[in-house]
Amino acid sequence: MSEVDRFLNQPVNWLKSTGPESDVVISSRLRMARNLKTFHFSGRLVAEKRADLIREVGDVVRNSNFLKKASYILVDGLCELDRQFLLERHLVSRELIAEEGKCAVAITPDEMVSLMVIEEDHLRLQVFQSGLNLLETWRIADEIDTELEKKLEFAFDATLGYLTACPTNVGTGLRASCMLHLPSLVLTKQVHKVLQALSKLNLAVRGLYGEGTQASGNFFQFSNQITLGQPEEEVINNLEGVIRQVITHEREAREYLKKKRKSKMEDQIWRALAALKAARLMSSSEAIQLLSLVQVGVDVGILQGQVTHTDLNQLFLLIQPAHLQKTNGKELNTTDRDAFRADRIREYFSKVVL
Amino acid sequence: MICNVCGTKEATIHLTEVMNGQMSEVHICESCAEEKGTEFKTYFNFGDLLAGVPGIEGLMEGVGKKTPLVCKDCGMTYEEFGKSGRLGCAECYQAFQKPLVALIKQVQRANYHVGKKPSRIAKDVRNVHDLRQLQEKLRKSIQMEQFEEAARLRDAIKQAEEKTKKGKKTKDE
Repeated sequence: MSEVDRFLNQPVNWLKSTGPESDVVISSRLRMARNLKTFHFSGRLVAEKRADLIREVGDVVRNSNFLKKASYILVDGLCELDRQFLLERHLVSRELIAEEGKCAVAITPDEMVSLMVIEEDHLRLQVFQSGLNLLETWRIADEIDTELEKKLEFAFDATLGYLTACPTNVGTGLRASCMLHLPSLVLTKQVHKVLQALSKLNLAVRGLYGEGTQASGNFFQFSNQITLGQPEEEVINNLEGVIRQVITHEREAREYLKKKRKSKMEDQIWRALAALKAARLMSSSEAIQLLSLVQVGVDVGILQGQVTHTDLNQLFLLIQPAHLQKTNGKELNTTDRDAFRADRIREYFSKVVL
Repeated sequence: MICNVCGTKEATIHLTEVMNGQMSEVHICESCAEEKGTEFKTYFNFGDLLAGVPGIEGLMEGVGKKTPLVCKDCGMTYEEFGKSGRLGCAECYQAFQKPLVALIKQVQRANYHVGKKPSRIAKDVRNVHDLRQLQEKLRKSIQMEQFEEAARLRDAIKQAEEKTKKGKKTKDE
């Protein structure tokens, strides 16, 4: 049994689509960067110091009210599959699993909070919530940070605020982001206009897995760029304000599709369902495209009762490569994965009547 | 669309900014944008800067080629930072202050932090930070036209400034 297996059979809380506006906003996430004053930044840490830092943070985690029940996992000790598994659940970052030296992560049992140790910065705290709920992620992150800083002395400058390894994060060290599902804006070819406007608002838009990834299956991640000169609440309120506008646009586009392009849209949704019910081989990217269309079906009320957002969100996760292999119990090559993925999907949609 | 600044040429650059939930748009032509240059630099992204467009090299020259910038604490040179984009330690911010401040100015809204601070920090750091917070609040209250609040903040700032001055004096003596 591997350390990460305890998460395998539990649904991800923040994917339950129970939060506000969850027809459009899948999840909210807040990331906070902190560095310890007495250590060099991650890139300049020798092996011995890395071990010291992991031990020091580990002691604080075990004595913390918020994190005492968290699993404290040495990421460099995990096999490749387990690392991918944590990445698919967004509990670690690409940077962390690519680290060559020692690094660690603390994960709460409900997976709503993860604290990465020795990522680009010494500490990267992540807090998740379902739906549009950035203020709650900030409230939780703020409380945990306040608790941590009682034991750990963070690098802080009166002018520049919290000091980070990359000067683009200096100040609050805060990156707030929301994952949005915008199928109607994509189908009506409006999405590029929205994205263009956003790039002028000091906001960034990325794909499903953050930096350097492309938007796939109509999923877009929106986040703030500014970390200096704006207090945390203002950063969050601004981002929420923009996201609320995007939600309105998406819902308008959805209404337009329902009224003006009903038969065309219904055709696409039923075809997607048919493919999901019948396919014997299914790649990740095809599955995400088709499932995204089914999600539209739920949104416009075609499939109500038969399929739910909650189930679909979990399915998105279960058909990721590492999740498939973990549930299968052993590693699979690409073709076997595509077959196993198609099996899982057929199983889920077997109860759906075409 | 006509440029908001000169009112004659065709605007080719369109900026939108959200302040306190209010969206404002600026449409500007190329020549006016060039003139106003510094104000709009925040919109260029950091990656481009590090990739060698005006930013870094110009700044490197300014600090003198004979004595390369080195952080005394961790030994990182400014050149190394230019390649990796990651600093070596907290002290690097002091060692590379000049070019870094210029760089930060281009990607951020302001060049000073407002927001949370650790509860355990040295008194002088705290005083400077508190003063900044008050100035930021003052700026905002003027913007929102809450003048009573602004007057109150102005007095608080005066007091805080005197306090830091006194602190310095006692240190000097």
